Amino acid sequence: MRIVEPQSAEEAAEILRCANEDGASVIPRGGGTKSDWGNPPRRTAVMLSTANLNRVIEHAWADLTVTVEAGCTIAELQRTLAQHGQRLAVDPLWPEKATVGGVLSTNDTGVLRLRYGGLRDLIIGVTLALADGTLAKSGGKVVKNVAGYDLSKLVTGAFGTLGVITGATFRLHPLPKHTHTVTAAVPDLGAMQQLLNKILDAQLVPAAVQVRVGAGAPQIDVLFEGTEEGIYAQVDRLREMTPFTENDAEVFQRLDAGAKISVLPARIAETLEGLDGYAVVEATGIGWVQSPHLPQMREKIEGMGGSLVLLRPITGLDAWGNTAGGDALPLMHAIKQRFDPRGILNPGVFVGGI
Amino acid sequence: MSFLDELRSILGPQGLISSPEETRTYECDGLTNFRVMPLAVVLPTSTEQVQAVIRVCHRERIPFVARGSGTGLSGGALPVNNGIVISLARMNQILEVDLANHRIVVEPGVINLNVTGRVAPAGYFYAPDPSSQSVCSIGGNVAENAGGAHCLKYGFTTTHVLALEVVLPDGTLAHFGSKTLDAPGYDLAGVFVGSEGTLGVATKITLRIMKRPECVQTLLAAFNSTNEAGAAVSDIIAAGMLPAAMEMMDNLAIQAAEAAVHANYPNCGGLLLVEIDGPVAEVDTLIAQVSAICRENGATEIRVAQTEEERAVVWKGRKAAFASVGRISPNYIVQDGVIPRTALPKILDEIERLGRESGLRVANVFHAGDGNLHPLVMYDRRIAGQEKAAEKLSERILELCIEMGGSITGEHGVGEEKKHMMGKMFAEPDLATMQRLRCSFDPLALANPTKVFPTPRLCGETPGEYQPHPLEIAGIAERF
Repeated sequence: MRIVEPQSAEEAAEILRCANEDGASVIPRGGGTKSDWGNPPRRTAVMLSTANLNRVIEHAWADLTVTVEAGCTIAELQRTLAQHGQRLAVDPLWPEKATVGGVLSTNDTGVLRLRYGGLRDLIIGVTLALADGTLAKSGGKVVKNVAGYDLSKLVTGAFGTLGVITGATFRLHPLPKHTHTVTAAVPDLGAMQQLLNKILDAQLVPAAVQVRVGAGAPQIDVLFEGTEEGIYAQVDRLREMTPFTENDAEVFQRLDAGAKISVLPARIAETLEGLDGYAVVEATGIGWVQSPHLPQMREKIEGMGGSLVLLRPITGLDAWGNTAGGDALPLMHAIKQRFDPRGILNPGVFVGGI
Repeated sequence: MSFLDELRSILGPQGLISSPEETRTYECDGLTNFRVMPLAVVLPTSTEQVQAVIRVCHRERIPFVARGSGTGLSGGALPVNNGIVISLARMNQILEVDLANHRIVVEPGVINLNVTGRVAPAGYFYAPDPSSQSVCSIGGNVAENAGGAHCLKYGFTTTHVLALEVVLPDGTLAHFGSKTLDAPGYDLAGVFVGSEGTLGVATKITLRIMKRPECVQTLLAAFNSTNEAGAAVSDIIAAGMLPAAMEMMDNLAIQAAEAAVHANYPNCGGLLLVEIDGPVAEVDTLIAQVSAICRENGATEIRVAQTEEERAVVWKGRKAAFASVGRISPNYIVQDGVIPRTALPKILDEIERLGRESGLRVANVFHAGDGNLHPLVMYDRRIAGQEKAAEKLSERILELCIEMGGSITGEHGVGEEKKHMMGKMFAEPDLATMQRLRCSFDPLALANPTKVFPTPRLCGETPGEYQPHPLEIAGIAERF
């Protein structure tokens, strides 16, 4: 496989145009931290690395926005933003290596999503190099903008199958003045679900809530951000529910797992019965699971209307699941066809063989 | 059977309107200076009826425009020539309330405020709150990606739409998104929200509802000028706060609000509303900080509304701002531009200068936190040349927004009104790429076909669903 490292978005588009003419498959690559997510590509001729597209173009801190090239790592971006007391409110896996483009394409938001929304809610503009060499923008630099179609959302989580993200603009949040993490151990899954429901139904505004299930008693971690007064008042409220003890923010360290699940928040316990492994599930219903029973778990979750996506291949199983795309799959194929008619971008990696 | 007879057979006599006296109600939406008479108006009561109607439209190549409550301000629901209007007003049932998972499933004709109304007893609310929320429908909100005063903190309609049932422009039914997050596949719900009726018709919508904050306080501060008020907004943001809402009005807008609803606003050069919500202890601290910042920036009067009643009074003038302008001017154009927030003083100076030059008054109401301006350009249609001058002025304001790195619409949509501005905001490759998306949904250009984009374009290749060959799926062969 040839590796190319364009110096600019224009060059990336030109490389794609050439590859498209030759019918050569292109595998876009950021930090390479999640190259084994999705199904393996059917063919790999060229690897297009965004390593040289790594600049923070504009941190408009007074406007709470940043425009950044796709190859910039999340950690580098956050360091730049922190100089003005701001951040992109996401906490993806492996931030030191993972890039903006890769994190967007794989839609890896993290546990802060409960409070701040997902990548899809934080991205406000995108620059995209299409297979035929078109360089297109959608959205813009302002947080509120409904002009034209929102292609930022189309390509977030699209695994690079519609085009190569060369840059993006995000809305930002201030870094919290104070943070506080507390944890409670609960006797079993049923008690865990009950407590979780209670927390989500209370008038609390945690930045993140997760359950950790494995050997031993299940744990619930809650992260608060904000003013000291607000945090203490909320921790007191939690302690009225059950004994919560202070913990280190490290408990929110992301888990490198075999599968990503998404279920309804009130059905997390049910999902994790018979886990026989280890799981961290966020209060949004998104979770990270290590278990020898992933195929059975997938059956159960899909039956409940959720999804289980493999992050490490299992022979004979599609990464995306048996119901992926549903009745919208033909439309997804039609979109792929219009954006990448020769199917050169990450062929076969996405749902339904896209 | 004629086209109309066929529609009648699908919908029954009560579900079809075709006499000009009755269809005239539908000739425009909230933007009344564009009017087109539809061929007919259908009022389906079920997804199946919507599908049946669209299948006939598809077969007969008749364009259709979906319509909610018709409160849109960009002509998105304006009928198209020789096309029908599909009113979703009768599909107004709340289908499912799932409090444990913070979800609610509604039909498109449900009124925005009724969503909150339904879940309020349990302490929940639906966050997007466009000013028209007591009459506008969720289907229309989805089409326009409606915003409102509180999207600074809570996001727009798109943040709160989890799943959609959509009738595609050929009549097939498809489901986008899911009650669970990150359903595998392209984020078609994200693409559909804000597509202004050009990608199909939503017939069922799953929304996220949220727990009401423990406490809400609204601070009203009077300044001598909008520049001072704007400086206070900057300082609030620089202090690391994210209020639920930050709204600003200039003197003319305040006068209009006073004349219309007697909101008892101080008569000042710039009025700022800051709403903070959350745990009581936090809100108290932050409101004190906001007060201090306002005083430092020259606020001459500060009031804090703490009860629901007091807050309602404070918001009354703001929510009525557009309609109020009718009290001080016979006609006016509502604009919806966006600028990076820091460009606020600059654009306000420019707007004032342009207003003076053209002899027109402009009242300004804005969502100050996110830079969304609503200049209200006042004119008198009876005075020759004023309407044209007002149109020219409001267009020039949008050009300024583009020049300053902003957008031609923050929440009202492009619709009919601003489609000619799209070429100024986006380059040709950008528009062509959006067109690819449109063609994959609607290759025959039947869904609201004349809106959003500057020139109607036809989709190149003949349509036809791409069906992957079994060998492709098995990874044996690759299509080229």
